Amino acid sequence: MPTVSVGRDRLFQALGRTYSEEEFEDLCFKFGIELDDVTTEKAIIRKEKHLEEEEPSEDEEVIYKIEVPANRYDLLCLEGLAQALRIFNGLDPIPTYNVARINKESMLKMHVKAETTKIRPYVVCAVLRGVTFDEARYNSFIDLQDRLHQNICRRRTLVAIGTHDLDTIEGPFTYEALPPPEINFVPLKQTKNFRADELMEFYKSDLKLKKYLHIIENSPVFPVIYDRNRTILSLPPIINGAHSAISLKTKNVFIECTATDLTKANIVLNTTVTMFSVYCERKFEVEPVQVIYPDGKSYICPDLSLYQMVVPLSYITSAVGVPLPAHEVARLLNKMQLYAKHSVSEKNETSFTISVPPTRSDILHPCDVAEDVAIAYGYNEIPKIKFPSLKPQSLNQFSELIRAEIAMVGYTEVLTWILCSYKENFTMLNRKDDKSTAAINGNPRSADFEVVRTSLMPGILKTVGHNKDHPKPIKIFEVGDVVLLNETKDVGASNRRHLAALYCGATSGFELIHGLVDRIMEVTGAPFVSPGDNTGYYIQSSDEPEFLAGRQASIIYKGKQIGTFGIVHPQVLDNFDIPDPCSFVEVNIESFL
Amino acid sequence: MMNQNRVALATTFVRVVVLGVYVLIPYSRSVVSPISVLRRRKCYSPFTRRLLSAIPPAPICLESMAEEAVLGYLEKNEEISDSGKFAEEKGINHDEIVNIIKSLNGFRLVDAQDIKKERWVLTPEGDLYAKYGSPEVLLFSAVPPEGITREELQEKLKSSIYKIGSTQAIKNKWIEMGKSQVSRKVQQVDDKVRSLLIQIQNGEVVSSEDIDALKRRKLISSQIWKGYSVKKGPKYAPKRKKVATDLTRENLQRGDWKELEFKEYNFLAKGQPTEGGCLHPLLKVRRQIQMIFLQMGFEEMPTNNFVESSFWNFDALFQPQQHPARDSHDTFFLKEPSTTRRLPEDYVERVKRVHESGGYGSRGYGYEWKREEANKNLLRTHTTAVSSRMLYALAQGPFAPKRYYSIDRVFRNEAVDRTHLAEFHQIEGLICDRGLTLGHLIGVLHDFFSRLGMSKLKFKPAYNPYTEPSMEIFSYHEGLQKWVEIGNSGMFRPEMLLPMGLPEDVQVIAWGLSLERPTMILYGIDNIRDLFGHKVDLSLIKRNPVCRLGL
Repeated sequence: MPTVSVGRDRLFQALGRTYSEEEFEDLCFKFGIELDDVTTEKAIIRKEKHLEEEEPSEDEEVIYKIEVPANRYDLLCLEGLAQALRIFNGLDPIPTYNVARINKESMLKMHVKAETTKIRPYVVCAVLRGVTFDEARYNSFIDLQDRLHQNICRRRTLVAIGTHDLDTIEGPFTYEALPPPEINFVPLKQTKNFRADELMEFYKSDLKLKKYLHIIENSPVFPVIYDRNRTILSLPPIINGAHSAISLKTKNVFIECTATDLTKANIVLNTTVTMFSVYCERKFEVEPVQVIYPDGKSYICPDLSLYQMVVPLSYITSAVGVPLPAHEVARLLNKMQLYAKHSVSEKNETSFTISVPPTRSDILHPCDVAEDVAIAYGYNEIPKIKFPSLKPQSLNQFSELIRAEIAMVGYTEVLTWILCSYKENFTMLNRKDDKSTAAINGNPRSADFEVVRTSLMPGILKTVGHNKDHPKPIKIFEVGDVVLLNETKDVGASNRRHLAALYCGATSGFELIHGLVDRIMEVTGAPFVSPGDNTGYYIQSSDEPEFLAGRQASIIYKGKQIGTFGIVHPQVLDNFDIPDPCSFVEVNIESFL
Repeated sequence: MMNQNRVALATTFVRVVVLGVYVLIPYSRSVVSPISVLRRRKCYSPFTRRLLSAIPPAPICLESMAEEAVLGYLEKNEEISDSGKFAEEKGINHDEIVNIIKSLNGFRLVDAQDIKKERWVLTPEGDLYAKYGSPEVLLFSAVPPEGITREELQEKLKSSIYKIGSTQAIKNKWIEMGKSQVSRKVQQVDDKVRSLLIQIQNGEVVSSEDIDALKRRKLISSQIWKGYSVKKGPKYAPKRKKVATDLTRENLQRGDWKELEFKEYNFLAKGQPTEGGCLHPLLKVRRQIQMIFLQMGFEEMPTNNFVESSFWNFDALFQPQQHPARDSHDTFFLKEPSTTRRLPEDYVERVKRVHESGGYGSRGYGYEWKREEANKNLLRTHTTAVSSRMLYALAQGPFAPKRYYSIDRVFRNEAVDRTHLAEFHQIEGLICDRGLTLGHLIGVLHDFFSRLGMSKLKFKPAYNPYTEPSMEIFSYHEGLQKWVEIGNSGMFRPEMLLPMGLPEDVQVIAWGLSLERPTMILYGIDNIRDLFGHKVDLSLIKRNPVCRLGL
C-alpha cells in the first residue's frame, strides 16, 4: 500500500481541527487508511543515513506517514486526503469540477505524430490557470506526481507526467517520436545542452533517473514534446526541459501525460488537475486541451464528467447486511464523495443513480458503491450474523492430544475396565476404604464388577500381571475416567479424567517415570518451578500406601496436588502377581484445562 | 602394580554406590530459555544405574572384610585408637581401612577423628648406608693399620665413598691424611650412623641431636602419616544395611526389599528426559485449525499444486495485469515450465472481456489484456488460486452452497528477515451461498477467530483487487496491549464470480491469514526463522507444548 507523508499541522489546519494521535488513528481506521508512522523530517534523514536516534526537538515539524489504499489515487496528496476526510466528516459538500468553456479555436492543441505509436502512443493534457503556489503547495504538487509515477504509472512505464510553466512556452504543441541524435535540449536541473542519446548515457549514473532509462533506451525513436518554437517541453518518460520548468511563481501550468495505457493516463491527469484545481483562481475549474491524432481523430481532455451508475437499494442493503432507508444510504454515499439520486420504479423498487466524480476512479461496479455505504455506516457497527457450527468437547480433545504425546515418547496405550473388584481398588493397593471415594455397585454379577474404579492403577497392574511373558521393559499408559463420590452433583458422584502410566523392568524405572512426569508437564505448557511457587509445577515427597516409602512423590501444579508417582510397593506388586519392580504415575488431567 | 591399580579403580566405583543414586552429572542442551537452563543445571545422568551392574564382585569382598573388621571390633571395644595399628593387627591394607572408615563416617555409623603423625624415613642415600654401612666406616676399614698412600686408597674405593668417607673420618678424628700417606689415628670405630639409621627404619626412637645430624646429612626426611581414631557413631550398627540405589527384580525375588535403605531423592532435579519423537509446532497448529474448520462445516480444498498459471493466480481473480503483485519483485515466475498449456478458452474470453471493458455491471479496467501474461507460470502467491479453480468448477454444475478451506504453502519473492519468508502457509476459508452479507462475514470471522483465542476483533476498510467490500481483521492482543492485524477478508467481486458462471445472486465471503503469525504469537516466537525452515532450533520443536487452539 502506498504511503503518503504529510505535515501534521498542515493536515489538521486543512481538516479544521486538531486531533490527538489516538483520535486521528481512529478516524483513519474508520475511513480505511492507516496512520503508519509519526516522525519528523530530520528523523527520516537520520534513518536514511542509519544514524542514532535522537530526541526530536520541539520545533521540528511532525510528519504523519499515512497508508492509503492502492486504488485511491486521490488520497496520494494532502489536498486529496484533507478533502476526503472533510467530506467524510460532513464538513464539505462534494466539489463539482468544471472544464472551462472555451471555444475550439482558442483551445490549446497537441498534435500527435504517427511515429509515437512505435514507442508511447498516447498523450493527454490540461491546463491549470491562475494557480497560487506557495512552498508547501508546490512541494505537494511535485510529491503527488512522484507518487503517481511510483504507483498507478508503474514507475513511469504506463504513464509519465510532465508539468510546465505555460507562460514560457507557446502552443500548439507536438508530440513526436524522433531518433535520439535529432533531439537536443537543456534538461531540467542542467545548464548545458544534451543530445538525447548522450543524455541517456549521462543519466546512467543518476540514481533517481537511471531506473527509467530502460523504458525507451532500446527504441530507435524517443518520444519528445515540442512547442511551436521547437522548444522541447519534455523527453518522456525521462525528463522535462529546463526551459519550461515550473517554480513558485508559476501561474499557469500545462500538464501533459504520455502513456502506453490511455485509461490510466486519463486517471493520472484527472487526479492531478482535480487535486490542484483547488488552488486555481476559479476553484475546481480546469482548462481543456485538444489532442489531435494523425488519423484526424481528436479528443478534448480532461474528461471530468461524472460516471453514472444505477444501483438498486436492495443490492446495497443486502451486501451490507443492514436494512437502511434510502435517504440514509444517500447521506452515507455523500460522505464518500458519491452523488446519489434515488428513484422508485413502477415495481416499487428503490434505485439510486450514482454519479461518480472523476476523483473516484476506483468505483468500477455497484459492489464498490456498496462498500462505500458499509464504510460510511461503519464496519464495526454492522451486526454479526452467526452460522450454525459445532463446538468440541475440550476435555476429550485435550485427552486426544495428551494421548498422542505419551505414545510418542514410547508408551503403549491400554484400555482397561471401569469396573473392578473392591479388593483391587482398595486392599490390593494397600489402601483403606474411608467410604468417601468409591461408587459401589449394588448388584454385581461377579466380584470383578463390585466397584467403579477410583484410580486407573488396578487396571494397569492387572494388565502387567497378565503380561508377565512380555519382554521387559513394559511401558504402558491409559487416559480414562474414574468415578468419585461428589456431594455437589445431583447424583452424588462424578467422573474425573485421569492419566496413568507404568514402567516395569529389571529395575523400577523411577527416574523414567519421573521424566515422563516432566514431559507431561512440558507438553501441557507448565514450567518447572521451585517448591512453593504457584506459577508452575514442582515435585515433593509423598506418603501413599500403594508406593514404597521414600520412593514416591506428589506433583504439585499451581499450588494443588494433581497426581503422584513412585515405585509401586512390593506388597502391591505381589498382590497383583507381578514379579518385577514397577514405577507408576497417575495424574488428574482435568487440572490442565 | 597392575593388581593394585585394579583394586584402586574398583574402589572408586564402589564409592559411587555408597554415595547414592542421584549423582549430578550435567546434561547438556543447547537452548537458552530459562526452562532449559533449569534443566541443564538439574539433570542427572541416566547411566548411573548401568555402571553399578558392571562392578566386579571381588573388591566388594575386600571392602566388606574391612567393614566387618571395623564394625565388629567396635561392637566389643570402645575405640580403635589408631587405624594404622589396627590395619597391621588385622593384616588389612591401611588404605582399605581408611576408605571404609570414611564411608562409614559419612553414613554416621562411626565417628572418626583424624590422627596425624610425623615420622622419619630414610632417604635413598640413608637406605644405602643402612644396608652397606656409612662411607666413613667403609673408608676407615680400607685403611690398613700400617697406612696407605692416597692413590692406593682412592683406587680401593668408589669416588663418592672416598670423598664423603674421608671428610667424615677426618672430622671424627679417626684418620690422618698426610701429604701422601693416610694413617689410622684410632684402631677401632663404631658405625653409629648405620645403627641409628636401622633404628629409625624400625620405628625406634632416637635422640633429637642424632636426628638433626642425620637430617643435615640428608640421610632421613620427615613424613606426615594420616590415620584415624574411630568410635561408634550415632547410627552405629554391627552390620550396615545395604544402601540401595533402586528396587530391583533381585530384591523382590530375595525378599530383602524390607531391609533396603535408600538415599533420599532430590526432587529439585528433573527426571530422566524422555526419548521419543515430536511434531512440528506449526503443523500442530495446522491440525487444530483444520479441526476448527471441520467443526464449522468447512470442506478442505485440494492444494497440492504449487505451480500455477498467472491466469488462475491473478487474472481469474480480476487482478489487472499491471498490478504490482504481478511484478517479478513479488512473484516467482518459472523459467521451466514457463507457460501454461491449457486454459478453459470460453472462460478465458470472459475474463479478458471483464478486464478490458467490464460487463456484469462493471466498467472494467480499460486496458489491453494480454494472453501471454495470463499464460506465464509461477509459484502460487496465494491459495486463492486454488479457490478460483474450485469456484470455477463449482459454477460448471447446478449451484450448491459450499464452505471450503485450505492451509498450505504459498510463495513470495521476498527478502527473508525476522518476519518474512519466501514461502509460508496460508490459511483460507470461504463460503459460497446466496444471500450472504458483510454481517455474515463478520459473524463467521468472530466464530473462527474466537476459537483461536481472539475474540476481540475490529475491522478496517481495505483494498484488495478481488474482494469488495474488503476488510482487514484486527485483534486486540492482551499481552502486547494493542490491536494487531491478523488477516484479510472480503466478498469476492462480481467481476470474478460472474465470468465463472456462478448465478448472479450468489456471493462468496472469504478470509485469509498466515499460519505462521498466530503460531508465533501463540508460542512467543519473534523470529520466523526459528520456527520454520532449516535454521529451526530443534529443542524448540521438542519442548513445544501441545496446541490447544479450538479446544
